[in-house]
Parts: sequence; structure tokens; C-alpha cells
Amino acid sequence: MMPLDWLIAPLSYGFMQRGLLASVLVGVLCAVVGCYIVLRSMAFLGDALAHGILPGVAIAYLLQVNLTIGALAAGIAVALGIAFLSRQGTIKEDTAIGILFAASLSLGVLLISTIRTYAVDLTHILFGNVLGVSPGDLWLIGGLACVVLTTIGLLYKEFLVISFDPVHAAALRLPTGLLRNLMLILLALTIVVSLQIVGVGLVAAMLVTPGATAYLVTRRLSTMMLVAAGLGAFSGVIGLYLSFYFNVASGAAVVLTATGLFVLVFLLVPRKGVLWSRRRHRL
Amino acid sequence: MVKAAVEARRKGDALLPEEPALLELHHVTVAYSGYPALHDVTLQVPHGARVAVVGPNGAGKSTLLKALLGLLPLQAGQIFIHGQPLGAHHDCVAYVPQREEVDWRFPVTVADVVMMGRYGHLGWLRRPSMRDRAIVARSLEQLGIADLAERPIGELSGGQQRRTFLARALAQQPHILLMDEPFTGVDATTLETILRLLDQLRDEQVTVLLSTHDLNLAASYFDQVILLNGRLIHYGPPQEVLTPEAIMETFGGQVFWLEAPDSAPRMATASHCCPPEPSVPPRRK
Repeated sequence: MMPLDWLIAPLSYGFMQRGLLASVLVGVLCAVVGCYIVLRSMAFLGDALAHGILPGVAIAYLLQVNLTIGALAAGIAVALGIAFLSRQGTIKEDTAIGILFAASLSLGVLLISTIRTYAVDLTHILFGNVLGVSPGDLWLIGGLACVVLTTIGLLYKEFLVISFDPVHAAALRLPTGLLRNLMLILLALTIVVSLQIVGVGLVAAMLVTPGATAYLVTRRLSTMMLVAAGLGAFSGVIGLYLSFYFNVASGAAVVLTATGLFVLVFLLVPRKGVLWSRRRHRL
Repeated sequence: MVKAAVEARRKGDALLPEEPALLELHHVTVAYSGYPALHDVTLQVPHGARVAVVGPNGAGKSTLLKALLGLLPLQAGQIFIHGQPLGAHHDCVAYVPQREEVDWRFPVTVADVVMMGRYGHLGWLRRPSMRDRAIVARSLEQLGIADLAERPIGELSGGQQRRTFLARALAQQPHILLMDEPFTGVDATTLETILRLLDQLRDEQVTVLLSTHDLNLAASYFDQVILLNGRLIHYGPPQEVLTPEAIMETFGGQVFWLEAPDSAPRMATASHCCPPEPSVPPRRK
């Protein structure tokens, strides 16, 4: 088979076209939002939000309404719940996250266990089903991705300053609480959009890994976001092809591609890379 | 009388006969989770004054500065800037953080950080104009770090990092500049730069409040000294305030006198070498 055929053949299937487009959109979206997660050490929060969405999905499923709407409502509720609990200062943020995370996951599993086709549905929710993306899903993913990315573009400098130096943000009299909550809501939206592609269990990886890779090779937030977006999109495409040819779970293939890229960069990158510093030590 | 002055200025009256106080604290009490860090502080700082906030670790120096930024809720009392209650202003207060408060691994360049000083003037959804860029370039120039503009902050030396944040404060063109321990652990060049900057800010009528452990710097370079230890011990010109008794009261025996052969006795505080008080509230979890 010619290399070109190898690339083109899967595209003759409608589900693959939609799957690829969705993977690229989600790859870019997760990577850009993930840069804030990486820089503010909020990886645990990302994971918790993803799992917090589960009961919303389950309730939507039981009530036979759109799963995305259920996920969206649950995601925003959990995001604001974490913000509220930790804002009081009575308990630390990671404790608040831990409590809400475990509780929502349990509630989600409990609700889903009442459904007859329990195992299959839970697998899809947990690990995604990119090849089942419908044209309607694609519109929703595209629309929400536009909303999130436009917001980040417009509020770039405000988000930069609250991430880097919240005290300066306060001195500038920026509404820091509002901006922080908005960031959490954007994160919740991103996770909901990603649900179908990588699932609840793997979305944290898509948020963190491309951003972490980009962090190693860039020195400004804007370039870090661009590089992360490229890596996210690339992982989405490669992962989906791997999934197609080797008949493996697509979400896992996408995440492992992103991880592979991270390992490669981590070892090889000048200045910050492991092998590089070894060599420098020897010299 | 103070209250009357505040009332009058709020009504929009013209200048009062006495020198107008730019910054006024009335019975300010600040507490963290019920424990008061600053108790019943009342003082007035005139326009353009240079004030050193002196006290041992945990005396509430950082708390005072953070309260002036509006970062901490006041348990009691009021703060007025230009006769207006705190919060009525946009960004006329600039803050230079302690070294430990900054995430040095964040991917920003020196120019990015200094440009953040302009964000308050820019407003929402606006990109920096030519004028903002010119102000940033001039601030970098004034602190001698123009050649480092495109370097990531993590790659700089400690003195260069300090100067980056001073440049940001300068670019903000504030009326009041707050600095938390700017002299701690700086090299001689940076110390000189900071002192030169203070002179320049005085020419521009900027009021400066900075916290320090260094009693000698406080005595020789400042118009006013605030001696703080949970409450206000003394406030006034250094020659009146920095008496051995007042210093003993503030530092509680943590101070000793160094006899130099050909000069006046120099003071040093034992808390000098201690780790800086933890910055509250914590920057990140």
C-alpha cells in the first residue's frame, strides 16, 4: 500500500472524517485550556471536574435528554462547588476537590448501575467513542470550542495576569474572583466537549500532556499555547489512525500518542531535556 | 479634625489649608481566621512621602501592605486614598512582591511582566498601544534591563528579577508604590538602583511605602518610619522614631548595636537572617 493510500483510505468512511475533525478540535481545545492547568498546577482539578460530570451524564441518560446538556450542567455545578468550598477558607482546595470528586464519581456509577446496558455505556462515558460522533455532535463540539477559544483570546491578558500574579491582578482592581470562576467554567465546557472523544477517564491527560510538552520548548504563554494546540491536534490525528489500523480504543490511542510526544521532548529538548543535561554534566 | 477633612474632600471641596494626607488609615484592624495580625492602626501619610515600615517577622508589615492593596478584608476601620475609600480607585496603587511570591518558572519574558504594569491603563479587550510599548521600553531602560527584555524571567539573576518587578511598578505610573522587603538579599548594584529609583519617584511625587528589616536604611533614606509590631508603636520622622527605647519596644530585644570606629552606632536586628514571614494569603494551593 502506498503511504498516501494509507492516509486517504480511512477518510472514505464518514465516521472517520467526523472522528478526525472532532479529534483535532478537541485536541486543540484541551491543549490550549490545559496550558492554564499546567501553569497553575491544577491537574487534579481537571481530573476531578471530568469525573464530576458523570452523575450529570447518568441523570440525562435516565431522563432520556441530551447527554451533553446533562454533562454541561453537572460540570458547571462541580466547578462552582469547588470554588465555593475552597473560597470559604475552612478547608483547603485540594481537599474540597477530593471530596467532590469521589462523591460525584460514586453517584455517577451508582446511577449508571441502574441502567441495563451498564457495562457498554459506562465504557463509552469513561473512555470515549470518537467513532460514534454524529454530525450534530460535531456542530456542538465546534460551536463550544469556538466559544471557549474566543473567550481565551479576548481575555488573554487578564487570564495571564491572574495566573501569573494574582496580587498584581488585585492591585489592578481586576475582578479576580469572577475571572477565576470564568476560567473554571471554560474548563468545564472543555471537558464536556472532550467527553465523547477521550471520555471522563482520559480527558485529564489531554488537558495536561500537550501543555506540559509545550512548556518544555517555549518561553512565553502565547507560544506555549500555539505549540500545545499543534501537539494536541497532531496527537488526535495520529491516535485515530493508530486506532483505525490496529483496531484499538481510540481515546487511549490519542492519549498515548500525546504521551509519546511528551517523553520524546522530555528526553531530547535542549536546555531542559534529561539527555541534554546529562551530556552537559559530562562536558 | 481628620474626619472633617475626609468629609470635606469627599464633598469635592478644594485644597484644605493643611497639607493634604494622601493615604489615611483609621483604626484599621486586619485578622486572619480570627487571629488579629494588625490591630487598630491609625496614621496619615502625606503626598509624596517616603515611608519605611519596620518591624520584626510577623509584625504585620506584609499584612499592612496587602490591606492597602485591598487584598485583605478589614475587620474594623477604614482606609482612604485621596480621601476616597479604598476600592474607589482603579490602579493608582502598585505593588512589588517579595521574591518568594513569584512563580519564576512561569513562561513570561521580562517585557511581558513589565507590560503587565500597563494592563490597568489598557482596560478590557484592548491591546497595548505604541505609547504603552514606549513606557515599557523606558521603564526597562531606567532599570538597566533593556537588553534582557526578551529573556524568560526564570533565567535572570536575583537582582535582575527584582529590577524586572520594579520596572513593572514604574510602568504602572502609580500614585502609591508598595514594596515588600525590596532590600532583602539584593546585590550592591540593585540596592543602588532601588535607591536611585526612590529619588526619581520622589521627583514624580509618588508616595512610597516599603517594608524592611534594615534600620540603617530606614534611618538614612526615609522621611517617615512606621514601627510596627502587631500594632502601631511609633510613626514619624526617623530621628524622632528610631530611639533605642522605641526599637527595643518593637523588636523586643532582637536588636543589637554595632559600634563602628569612626561613625555613629549602627543598628542591626537579629531577625535579619530569619526566613521571611510567610506571605498570606498563599499565592497558589
